[in-house]
Amino acid sequence: MSYTEATVQLLSPQGTLVENDLSAPYLPLIEKLDDAALKDFHRHMVVIRRFDIEAGNLQRQGQLALWIPSLGQEGAQVGSAFAARPQDHIFPAYREHVVGRIRGLDVMKIIEMLRGQSHGGWIPAETGNFHLYTLVIGSQSLHATGYAMGQKFEGADEATMVYFGDGATSQGDVSEALVFGASYQAPIVYFLQNNHWAISVPVDRQSRTPLYLRPSGFGIPGVQIDGNDVLAAYAVTTANLDAARSGQGPRFIEALTYRMGAHTSSDDPTKYREREEEQFWSERDPIARFETYLKSKGADDAFFSEVAAEAEDLAADIRARTFALEAPPASKVFANVYTDPHPGVDAEAAWQAAYEASFDGESA
Amino acid sequence: MTELTMAKAINAGLRAALAADEKVLLMGEDIGTLGGVFRVTEGLKAEFGEGRVLDTPLAESGIVGTAIGLAMRGYRPVCEVQFDGFIYPGFDQITSQLAKLTYRHEGSQSFPVVIRVPYGGHIGAVEHHQESPEAYFAHTAGLRSISPATPHDAYWMIQDAIASNDPVMYFEPKSRYQRRGEVDLENRGAAMHESRVVREGTEVTLVGHGAMVAVLLQAADIAAEEGTSVEVIDLRSLSPIDYEPILASVQKTGRLVVAQEAPGNVSVGSEVAATIAERAFYSLEAPVLRVSGYDTPFPPAKLEGVYLPDADRVLEAVDRSLAY
Repeated sequence: MSYTEATVQLLSPQGTLVENDLSAPYLPLIEKLDDAALKDFHRHMVVIRRFDIEAGNLQRQGQLALWIPSLGQEGAQVGSAFAARPQDHIFPAYREHVVGRIRGLDVMKIIEMLRGQSHGGWIPAETGNFHLYTLVIGSQSLHATGYAMGQKFEGADEATMVYFGDGATSQGDVSEALVFGASYQAPIVYFLQNNHWAISVPVDRQSRTPLYLRPSGFGIPGVQIDGNDVLAAYAVTTANLDAARSGQGPRFIEALTYRMGAHTSSDDPTKYREREEEQFWSERDPIARFETYLKSKGADDAFFSEVAAEAEDLAADIRARTFALEAPPASKVFANVYTDPHPGVDAEAAWQAAYEASFDGESA
Repeated sequence: MTELTMAKAINAGLRAALAADEKVLLMGEDIGTLGGVFRVTEGLKAEFGEGRVLDTPLAESGIVGTAIGLAMRGYRPVCEVQFDGFIYPGFDQITSQLAKLTYRHEGSQSFPVVIRVPYGGHIGAVEHHQESPEAYFAHTAGLRSISPATPHDAYWMIQDAIASNDPVMYFEPKSRYQRRGEVDLENRGAAMHESRVVREGTEVTLVGHGAMVAVLLQAADIAAEEGTSVEVIDLRSLSPIDYEPILASVQKTGRLVVAQEAPGNVSVGSEVAATIAERAFYSLEAPVLRVSGYDTPFPPAKLEGVYLPDADRVLEAVDRSLAY
């Protein structure tokens, strides 16, 4: 499954603007962007790719239990993230590192999670309403839908966006989310990143129908975009979030992209996919085409050098802070299992502390 | 004092909670216009509106999953799962999400969601309508599980559950829905997680929860006629379990029989038995005995009398305990 006649593309893989019937409604949204905004798109795509590589290295060096790369999906993620307004709420799956960064999350929290220091633990109210990662596939689609139902009940000038992948579309929870979202006309955008692979299973095992068509069966408009086109991701998501926010009910976006790397650091894509396919998508890389576009608009080498330096700085910072991490205290096992006092957890915590203390003074 | 059925008592408790806090929402299948298949929510949609009492799509995972999102938004959703055996489509959202989300958030976000579950047998219904799934949830950290045995407790405990800042599984013994009892609308009595002695005795302690409490009281009456003094404890809370009244009772009687409708294998009753064996070993005159549903699926309704522990099976265990 690749691009179709319905795929909205604003920027070609060659880095030129696409003017056709599909792009026409969205190009005005791009024309409103100033150079600084466009440069921010590029900056975030480049910096997160460098971060991603650094995190992968840290995993290989034994510093992380796991890494989940987003390599190749930066266009879909950066464009959609910039489309959201500050008051909107974002429910990620677990690969949307740059979305979190754009919303204000210190991506070190993701490193900590995948090192095994926490299960996430960031505070969405302090990270631009970027909620926690959810590792059970598709579960967050229902949380996001419920959240959006609340926004709807209150008539808030807000929307919710939830990310999930092509594998998740086979989960009952995603279908149930579409049912609830449509039924309550919740202000939510379902943002599907179709990266073509659910670990080793190709998307045609998940669906024999292009996935952007599926929401129509639930009464939700769906649109397919070139997810490696950051401009299409930005413009189409902006239009759909605006529609959701203004009371027009839920929307669904299928962003065609490609997981250039492995599913996680535990995966080996050479066992299940062809080099030719990876080559096809590498020629449609989101960063390369946007760099060409920015150069055509006059961005100079100084800008690109500055972005590269920022990327190196973040990588070095993440590396240093990872090596500085200390093991969490044993008491964290027992903390926040409940909000209200719980005698069972309290008793076990006290027992464990006494057990640990019983070793004091013994040689190791 | 007001005399109410358990169904009406829960209804009154829900009404009080809806009136007290506009963030309380009821969600479930058929709970609005119909008032629920057991009429527990009867009249509440008319009184509070469809924005507070939601007839949801027919999808248990969807109900619980969207309730989680609503809780993140500041609501206090109360979900009805229509029957015990229909809870499993929502099991992942309850055990992997709802139960763990406070922990995942490291305490920055609470999840005050109540899941109401009509449970248990004695109603002669078809498959999936008479089960006792409470052990799955009592086993899961992050959840609280409670079950009232009387209209009075039902009225207060549903309000306790809604007021709790943690997820609460509220197991309603559906065979008791239409039984009447005195409800003190002014004085709550025991707190949400307290177990309670409901009949004093000296020779054997019986522990149970939900509909089993009435069976234990019946057994105690019969035993008394036969000259045996039996103490009965209503567990009320399945997680956490309040062991102090049980320990105090066993220190007095030296004998404990735990009864439940659920299968005995890896059950709440097993946990009570193990804990009392650990903590009251020197008080025991006999091994702790369990009386449970058999380790089979719940049988067809015509066989529920074989499956469900009744007073005779409880008394058989009492006799075995006394024989040591």
